[in-house]
Amino acid sequence: MTRKQKRLAVIGGALVFLGAATALTFYALGQKASYFFMPADLQAASLSPGQRIRLGGLVEPGSIRRGQGTQVSFAVTDTDKSVPVTYTGILPDLFREGQGVITEGTLGADGVFEADSVLAKHDETYMPKEVADSLKEKGIWQEETPGSGS
Amino acid sequence: MAMVEIGHFALVLAFALALVQTAVPFAGARIGDERLMAAGGPITIAGFLATAFAFAVLTSAYVQSDFSVLNVWENSHSLKPMLYKITGTWGNHEGSMLLWVVILTFFGAMVALFSANLPASLRADVLSVQGLIGAAFLLFVLTTSNPFTRLIPAPFEGRDLNPILQDIGLAIHPPLLYLGYVGFSVCFSFAAAALIEGRIDAAWARWVRPWTLAAWMFLTGGIAMGSYWAYYELGWGGFWFWDPVENASFMPWLAGTALLHSAIVMEKRSALKIWSVLLAILTFSLSLLGTFLVRSGVLTSVHAFATDPSRGVFILAILTLFIGGSLALFALRAGTLTAGGLFHPISREGSLVLNNLFLTTATATVLVGTLYPLLLEAVTGDKISVGAPFFNLTFGPVMLPLLVAVPFGPLLAWKRGDLLAVSQRLFAAFAVAIFATLLVLMLVDSAGAFAAAGVGLSAWLILGPLTDLAMKAAVGSVPVAVSLRRLIGLPRSIIGTALGHLGLGLTTLGIVCTLAFQVEHITVMKPGETTDIGSRQIRFEGFSPVQGPNFTETRALFTAIAADRSESGRVSAAKRVYTARQMPTTEAGILTLGLSQLYVSLGDPTDDGGIVVRIWWKPLVTLIWLGALVMMAGAGVSLTDRRLRVGAPSRRSRAGKANAEVSA
Repeated sequence: MTRKQKRLAVIGGALVFLGAATALTFYALGQKASYFFMPADLQAASLSPGQRIRLGGLVEPGSIRRGQGTQVSFAVTDTDKSVPVTYTGILPDLFREGQGVITEGTLGADGVFEADSVLAKHDETYMPKEVADSLKEKGIWQEETPGSGS
Repeated sequence: MAMVEIGHFALVLAFALALVQTAVPFAGARIGDERLMAAGGPITIAGFLATAFAFAVLTSAYVQSDFSVLNVWENSHSLKPMLYKITGTWGNHEGSMLLWVVILTFFGAMVALFSANLPASLRADVLSVQGLIGAAFLLFVLTTSNPFTRLIPAPFEGRDLNPILQDIGLAIHPPLLYLGYVGFSVCFSFAAAALIEGRIDAAWARWVRPWTLAAWMFLTGGIAMGSYWAYYELGWGGFWFWDPVENASFMPWLAGTALLHSAIVMEKRSALKIWSVLLAILTFSLSLLGTFLVRSGVLTSVHAFATDPSRGVFILAILTLFIGGSLALFALRAGTLTAGGLFHPISREGSLVLNNLFLTTATATVLVGTLYPLLLEAVTGDKISVGAPFFNLTFGPVMLPLLVAVPFGPLLAWKRGDLLAVSQRLFAAFAVAIFATLLVLMLVDSAGAFAAAGVGLSAWLILGPLTDLAMKAAVGSVPVAVSLRRLIGLPRSIIGTALGHLGLGLTTLGIVCTLAFQVEHITVMKPGETTDIGSRQIRFEGFSPVQGPNFTETRALFTAIAADRSESGRVSAAKRVYTARQMPTTEAGILTLGLSQLYVSLGDPTDDGGIVVRIWWKPLVTLIWLGALVMMAGAGVSLTDRRLRVGAPSRRSRAGKANAEVSA
């Protein structure tokens, strides 16, 4: 190979690598990103079986049932519709009835959402951003007045 | 009482000084006035002192629990332990931004103090750019995030700091992280100055490299500390969540690592000049982006202390000004920089270019994964989250070939290397790596191909740099004492490189073993009951109530029992309620056994007197952070290399003159 051919081969190799990385990134964005839904949006959504999504809303008061061992079920509501959720594991410290929550998992054919993670909150005044925005859109939840929360 | 106002005044003074620091040395450099250029140094140092004084005033307001200061009232409590009163100074948005500016002006002052051997106009331009960054952020603090705002009348008691931030990890994490983030501002200023001057040479790389090394060292420590904090404080047992705020600190680290390597090529072979300047700009731009993501409130997380749209817009404006401005400068002036020496693709330079290609691509994948959800929501309103599955599929495959290539790099010769000869030297390391892979496949039933290959890769990464050192010290072919002397006598940068790569190998081993071999068990336990975890057992002894200074907790005591039935230690986990905010937290219990850890986290109590317990056995997990410490040590050793010691060239020339006189 001449010097020019070698240089072309090196540049070509780098371009192939960059192309592969770009293709992989786009593929992964399509396949591995999970969309966020509120209960009311869920019916309109066309989900493929087993697709991972995030379901957010408020924990419906009176819906928390503890099963055997570490099983727990509750309902997530946006005050319009509500979706039953099952989860096995430890709930976050600030998981309470009437509080905002985000769960991640898959929606079963029976309409029960099987969550494998329930997102913890870091602060008692913190409402998950997606939930807060959606609730604000629906006019259900108002931002706390400045001074009482930050 | 008036101290707070004096602190406020000092901050305004610092802003004014930063403006002078921007204008005076720059004007001096343009008209060639020596005195104006020289004035840059003292002004920079004065600016740092004013900012540091303001920070000290805020800290003392925290120490004295002066609730007439709004910021102290919002984030402190008179009963909070003293350590957390002090660290609480930067446990909130305003104080944290003030710390950011203190560290920025600190680096400016360091440049002013240790740059006597720089060409006067380059030094003036560097200080001027540094001053502009300082002015922008001081204005940000003063107008949108003023920590000195008074609260009248002063309340009797503060609202306390978010309990999960009351932790020693938090005391260390932000200052280290900022030393890293902001340290790259010096590289940025050097790059901008080089572009303004339109001149760049190998000496430039020698001046920039120590700053890159120092910033990289601190950033490594800051990220590792943040990771360990999340691991033990959040109680989820994970060490990395690909959370956008984590990515915000990881991107400058990746780009900084690339810069660290490209600067070597520039210094030794005066190639990759234009690329290194661009990398220096990009690295600090990513630091600014990280500051924007974390501080603007576009992301919700533990770091988003408060959201105020004006702050986000302000930081976005700073971001646009500096990134846009520097890239425009780059586009205008990069053409004036001359290209450097040629090299063969298989050479030290070639391997470092490969390193840069992979690292910048990896940075790009993290950038896309972090920003795409924000862009998508802004454009279509769809909300998505991009987490571990995305990054495993993109970041992983990009980094994997790089990790395989790491041991080859330092062994290749400059200009034209011999891959075959290097492979022969690394044969022993390769053989051990293959052996380790097979051993894992045979011995560990649960191990899949991923785990086995991962262990093999880690062994390769660990043994590669050790082989390099052993070869250079001629271990085995000369007496032990001689090779030991040779090892100590090796250039520090070679030892530093080996340590850096060794640390990478240790961290990789920790990650692989934790992901592949950890055992997790969730169960309900009653006092006296025993549960199996891996080859060990854990016995729940019972509860004990504890009264802390500003919390009450229920502590659960456990005893770990080794496979041979002997007790290997006790561990306690707790459910805590912080009195001031009535906020519950979970305190994980961690028992370190060798390099591995037993991790216990509590759930809710059950009606029949038991409690939900989540137990992990995490083999070699501590290597993840110990590896980072070794990487830091590598950077520290490299910093002491005499080529990089500031002033070394002038000392050498003086020593040379002295020798000449003696011989004459």
